[in-house]
Amino acid sequence: MSAATLLDGCAAELARPEAEAQRPVLRERGQREVFCGLTGIIWLHRKMQDAFFLVVGSRTCAHLLQSAAGVMIFAEPRFATAIMEERDLAGMVDAQDELDRVVNRLLERRPDIRTLFLVGSCPSEVIKLDLAKAAQRLGAVHMPRVRILNYSGSGIETTFTQGEDACLAALVPVMPALPAEAPAELLIVGSLPDIVEDQFLRLFADLGITRVGCLPARNARELPAVGPNTRYLLAQPFLGDTAMALEGRGAKRIEALFPFGVEGTSDWVRAAAREFGVDAALTEQVLAPGRERARIALSKLRPQLEGKRISFLPDSQLEVPLARYLQDELGMELVEVGTPYLHRAHLARELESFGPNVRLSEGQHVERQLDRVRADRPDITVCGLGLANPLEGEGLTTKWAIELVFSPIHGFDQAADLAELFARPLRRRDLLEV
Amino acid sequence: MQLAVWTYEGPPHVGAMRVATAMEKLHYVLHAPQGDTYADLLFTMIERRGKRPPVTYTTFEARDLGKDTAQIFQDAAREAVARFNPQAIIVGASCTAELIQDDPAGLAEAMGLPIPAIPLELPSYQRKENWGAAETFYQIVRHLADTSVTRAPREGRKARANILGPTALGFRHRDDLVEIKKILSALDVEINLVAPLGATPEDIKTIGNADFNIVLYPEIADEAARWLERTFAQPAVRTIPIGVGATRSFIADVAELAGADPTPALGDTSSRLPWWSRSVDSTYLTGKRVFIFGDATHAVAAARIAREELGFEVCGLGCYNREFAREIRAEAARCGVEPLITDDHLAVEDAIAAACPELVLGTQMERHIAKRLGLPCAVISAPVHVQDFPARHSPQMGFEGANVIFDTWVHPLVMGLEEHLLTMFREDFEFSDEAGASHHAAHSPRKAATPDPVSEAPVEDIPAPAMAEEGGTLWTAEAERELKKIPFFVRGKARRNTENFAAAEGRRQIDLETLYDAKAHYAR
Repeated sequence: MSAATLLDGCAAELARPEAEAQRPVLRERGQREVFCGLTGIIWLHRKMQDAFFLVVGSRTCAHLLQSAAGVMIFAEPRFATAIMEERDLAGMVDAQDELDRVVNRLLERRPDIRTLFLVGSCPSEVIKLDLAKAAQRLGAVHMPRVRILNYSGSGIETTFTQGEDACLAALVPVMPALPAEAPAELLIVGSLPDIVEDQFLRLFADLGITRVGCLPARNARELPAVGPNTRYLLAQPFLGDTAMALEGRGAKRIEALFPFGVEGTSDWVRAAAREFGVDAALTEQVLAPGRERARIALSKLRPQLEGKRISFLPDSQLEVPLARYLQDELGMELVEVGTPYLHRAHLARELESFGPNVRLSEGQHVERQLDRVRADRPDITVCGLGLANPLEGEGLTTKWAIELVFSPIHGFDQAADLAELFARPLRRRDLLEV
Repeated sequence: MQLAVWTYEGPPHVGAMRVATAMEKLHYVLHAPQGDTYADLLFTMIERRGKRPPVTYTTFEARDLGKDTAQIFQDAAREAVARFNPQAIIVGASCTAELIQDDPAGLAEAMGLPIPAIPLELPSYQRKENWGAAETFYQIVRHLADTSVTRAPREGRKARANILGPTALGFRHRDDLVEIKKILSALDVEINLVAPLGATPEDIKTIGNADFNIVLYPEIADEAARWLERTFAQPAVRTIPIGVGATRSFIADVAELAGADPTPALGDTSSRLPWWSRSVDSTYLTGKRVFIFGDATHAVAAARIAREELGFEVCGLGCYNREFAREIRAEAARCGVEPLITDDHLAVEDAIAAACPELVLGTQMERHIAKRLGLPCAVISAPVHVQDFPARHSPQMGFEGANVIFDTWVHPLVMGLEEHLLTMFREDFEFSDEAGASHHAAHSPRKAATPDPVSEAPVEDIPAPAMAEEGGTLWTAEAERELKKIPFFVRGKARRNTENFAAAEGRRQIDLETLYDAKAHYAR
């Protein structure tokens, strides 16, 4: 989003010159009811089991992490907050020295940490605490045992899933180089639950594509290589910066739908198969069992969702591909699809299937958006945790968006699970007689 | 910088939100970046509120810095007043906005709004949630109270009281209030105002009409009550009516200030804790070791109930709010334990493991600690999770609150009669320790089939003292076998006591003799 598209700090329906003749976007500016990028730590620390995330921030950051995590599940999770205090800000102590002290103590206590992310927050960004410098200095001390990287998950720069984008983008420069003469390799980009990742790896193996890497890797110290012969598939739609960093290292994106539902997953796998010169007949043969299983599973859910009207409030940037799936494969009617940020290039093919009446919105002015929800009265509204119960209180059925980020929803074998996430609140609404 | 994994208290603006959310027709304009809206879910998810907290977040971004963040604040404030039509707003900054120094107070004043705009200075890098709630409530009262009111003479009218302290997200505040109202009604005392919960800014104006104040939660209301004392010469009842004894003192205090007869309120026949505690089944509660941690007010009250009304032994006592450390120190001295004043949950965990309690009374944090140590636990204080906002009436205060406390604390323990049966049958080949007590399978310590660091550890895995770690197993096989014959729910303590005894006596080995010497040594 360039500053020019948001002129006056208020809601503005501005047309961009290109492409928007056919697809106007309602661009809004106001209160955003979304998490900041720090929240990504909650799933990233589970995915990268040798990594630790140290937020350099305030008590608010620490409180956000424990509140967003829902419950304090783990006694000592692989994340923590270095809470800045008055003396750090008043210059009574050098914040960089303090950070060294905290990091050294942490690494002493947790010898299992192999990668440490210093994560910037709103306050650390505002006081311009240079975490890149800190990472470099501390890295010089602790390498090779611990690699120290940094990125920002601050709310003044990142929205929710953009935290993962920033984290993965920070990993790209330290990925080993794939030589120019090396054979082509496939890279799957975006954190997926291990079970889903394994399903995809099996599909690619069946296609004869065996040189496949994943970013993030389950072990952050065993990163896949990247080079001019890397072809990457985005598994998540919120990875703009990571994609740019990969392109910077010579990798090329395989354009495809995102792997949600039967058609999204098929398109995603087919695109890679084509890129790697796999015989089309073999591709269809490999896809057939998964497609069939998903078709059967979805046929039970389609009657529950068909014709139901749905609105998405901006949350995770998953909104556009999920809306495409719900419309094309389950027959739902899209009322409004809101997203915190619309990556036009990565979503171009997804947007093709939206009819002219689908209201596409970017950014948020939460009060006006809720006014629209009340006027539209969709059958189901996808929104954040802060809004779900209040909307239910007004008689509107909701689905918490955060569950879409935490649950395995990609691929053939999760297509019905994904549909079920939307069907269950509707079924419950019909079931209850109180 | 302080390294923190979990925190007992949020930042001070969350305290302000608790006050704003409790009140009606008040709106909070909070200068904050996106992301700070996470705090809404505390209220809508944990407390299951069906309404959004009345908070507008200005949502400035990096590119606004140094340009028009002040304008963004004013636009947001203007829009909030127009949309929500509040009787007053409170304005302030979260931690990030505090750094950019936009001065929300000055900005709001310059706007010439048609309603009062109460400025809040909540230093995020020094203070925490409870302090923020107290300061916010104090500022609201100070700005809105009509200081010109004069109370009519007491003759020919009922005494009037303000009930101060209940907020949103408070531990059982909703239900406590019901019990307090019941007591005041029995004493024929009129309620002038309950605040913050349910009060409007217009209501606050009339706060001076009461003859006295009742400070239910000092963490939140004490600051305001002291100002009211000075301004309106309103004395305050500061006895916290948690427990039977405290409830009786509370009734006496209120009756004295109201000039009322306490007898009808004292004679409440629904007070069951005294008999439940005296009945023979409760004999087994005698001397149970209990570790207590929470906010100071609830922790002190819990310690008194534990000692005086249930016959427990308090083996640890502490609080996370330093502001009220004095109260904890005084009570800890009465219990004969070292007070633990800390907001570091790892320090609390260490203290609990070292104290080897039979019951932990604490917050959500201690619930997790106890679960990992395999100890029974009941929650007595904020911060709490969604299961501690029950659908049923479940107060802590008043006689009914004491009834609830009896049930809640005793339930996680093995029942009295059952304890004897377990002892009787422990040699039976069909009896398995791991089955635990019959009435609460979910609470009983069990050996996990596969060791999992996250799930509850069996009682025996309480960290042993240093000597055992150094010297490996000190126990003879015979003594180890004998230890296994002790019921599981006391085995951890027996092991621990024996090892401490052996260490103190300088014995190199724990054999049968040492085991029984230790038993004699620790005999109650």
